Amino acid sequence: MGKLYDRLNQDIRFIHGLHSCINCGTCTAICPAASFWDYDPREITDLLQVEDENVLEELLKGEKIWYCGQCMSCKTRCPRDNTPGMIIQALRNLSIESGLYMHSARGRQMYVLKKMIGDTILATGYCVHADGLDTSMFPEQGPIWDWIRKNSEEIYNRFGNSYNRPGNGALRKIPEEALHELHEIFRITGSLQRFNQIEQDAARHARITNTEFDSNMVSDYFLQLYTNTADNDHD
Amino acid sequence: MTMTERKQFVWRDFQKEIADDHYYYVRSCIRQNFFPGAENVFIRMVTEDLGKNLHHDSEHTTCTGIGYHTDLVKMETTMTVVARQFAMMTQAGYSNLLVSCVTSFGLYNEILEIWEEHPEIEEQIREYLHKATGKVFKIPENLVHASDLIYKYKDEIAAKASYKLINRNIGEPLRVVDHIGCHYAKMFPDKGIGGAEYPRVLSGLVESLGGKNIDYPERRMCCGFGFRQYLLKSSRGYSLSCTYKKFKAMEPYKPDLIITNCPGCNYFLDRWQYVISDIKGETYGKDGNGIPTLTYEEVAGLCLGYDPWDLGLQMHQTAVEPLLDKMGINFKPSEKFKGYSGKQLDKPKIPELLKVY
Repeated sequence: MGKLYDRLNQDIRFIHGLHSCINCGTCTAICPAASFWDYDPREITDLLQVEDENVLEELLKGEKIWYCGQCMSCKTRCPRDNTPGMIIQALRNLSIESGLYMHSARGRQMYVLKKMIGDTILATGYCVHADGLDTSMFPEQGPIWDWIRKNSEEIYNRFGNSYNRPGNGALRKIPEEALHELHEIFRITGSLQRFNQIEQDAARHARITNTEFDSNMVSDYFLQLYTNTADNDHD
Repeated sequence: MTMTERKQFVWRDFQKEIADDHYYYVRSCIRQNFFPGAENVFIRMVTEDLGKNLHHDSEHTTCTGIGYHTDLVKMETTMTVVARQFAMMTQAGYSNLLVSCVTSFGLYNEILEIWEEHPEIEEQIREYLHKATGKVFKIPENLVHASDLIYKYKDEIAAKASYKLINRNIGEPLRVVDHIGCHYAKMFPDKGIGGAEYPRVLSGLVESLGGKNIDYPERRMCCGFGFRQYLLKSSRGYSLSCTYKKFKAMEPYKPDLIITNCPGCNYFLDRWQYVISDIKGETYGKDGNGIPTLTYEEVAGLCLGYDPWDLGLQMHQTAVEPLLDKMGINFKPSEKFKGYSGKQLDKPKIPELLKVY
């Protein structure tokens, strides 16, 4: 086995996710992503069982691995105790670590997720924070969200009175020391380096494609990735 | 073997030990943003109505679950952040971890299972945590989702309830659809009450409170969050399509209420009703109303007589008033848009089709 397979075989999610697939297709039958997109978890497990380095590389460069919605319905139903959803986690992880994610439109969207979720975690201690969400980016939040945002102090303080302030109520300000510890965990365990890699890869890709890029702002590059995967995915 | 014994035998794998008391509570990112009143009232119900000891502090953080499932945060990082939550619990003198979020609950279960099978990974994470924070931790003796706890005390709650899930106008049980977050039991069926195929955690509560559970074809289908699929506008249609499929399947059964145990699912089943009304011209309640979509804390809180606006029900896009009217709850419409200071706030804009009050 080649290098990529060696790396995949070190991921605990791959080790536990793929025992021996009998190709019954139960995972595909239950998979929400398979019902809407040209995506087939059975096909992925089947391809991986061949243990062909070129096939794996193509998967890591391609769009398919990014369709899964991580609901893990496949884990419940697989008669052989495989979990395609966990195999996908291992594949996506390897795609990012090897840099191959930059070959696919969906892979490159990691940059948007880094700006949206990664930066929010490090800045606030929450995965999402009301202050960073608005209906221009998420219109489905509806007029109620505009009302909540406009009156955030008055509304959130009804529920624990610690909105953006010290305390233990809803959306309290997470203490500096806790945020520092979180940051240290991210540094020591390698996620900060991953964030930096994603930023650098995006900046390089923006230069190649001649797209306006500013890592501190919602740039053209960000918006293009956010709204468009530049492939026909609704077939 | 008697019928009761046989049933107990069949369900033995899906009974779950739920600690009686003394919980360290970890909040949910999504619940705090969208349904903060639910957590607030949950804490009051557990401590005041049920008289239990629950500790909640300012020190714990996100578990990074959304970052993990969007492949952004590495597994080692998530495990170490979770280890830090365990350390906060240990430091506070608790051993029962009470979890508000379903994504977190699934992750905690996954991590504990991995550590049990691979002690060398746990050892590595302990080293990371100590290096990053100087902290040490004990593994929780009992991992409880907050909906497990409400299930455990459902009969006590029902005995104290001022209101039941009964349509007072016609004297019949309300028709209730349950929606269980996928990560509650689909990954580890033995960690959820009733397992993944026949979860009882919400339907048991509904029965105790007098409601009627409605089965429908897509009952166990995902809400469609999909993590990256929703967060990225380019694939958000996936999320909407999943929910739409569920609404079309439940529509013929005319539910009065949707009850959820996952904060994210509640958000989607609430908000997509607004979007579907706007783009498809469809509403699923009577006369342009939607189907009120409430979390288990909100449902239990309403039955115990908590004020709907203290529960934060004004933060739902799909109006809850049709449910309050059916339950015969005497609420004050004028209080709905009052702020913390008592100031009357401007009302939110009215959607084109979905009825609001």
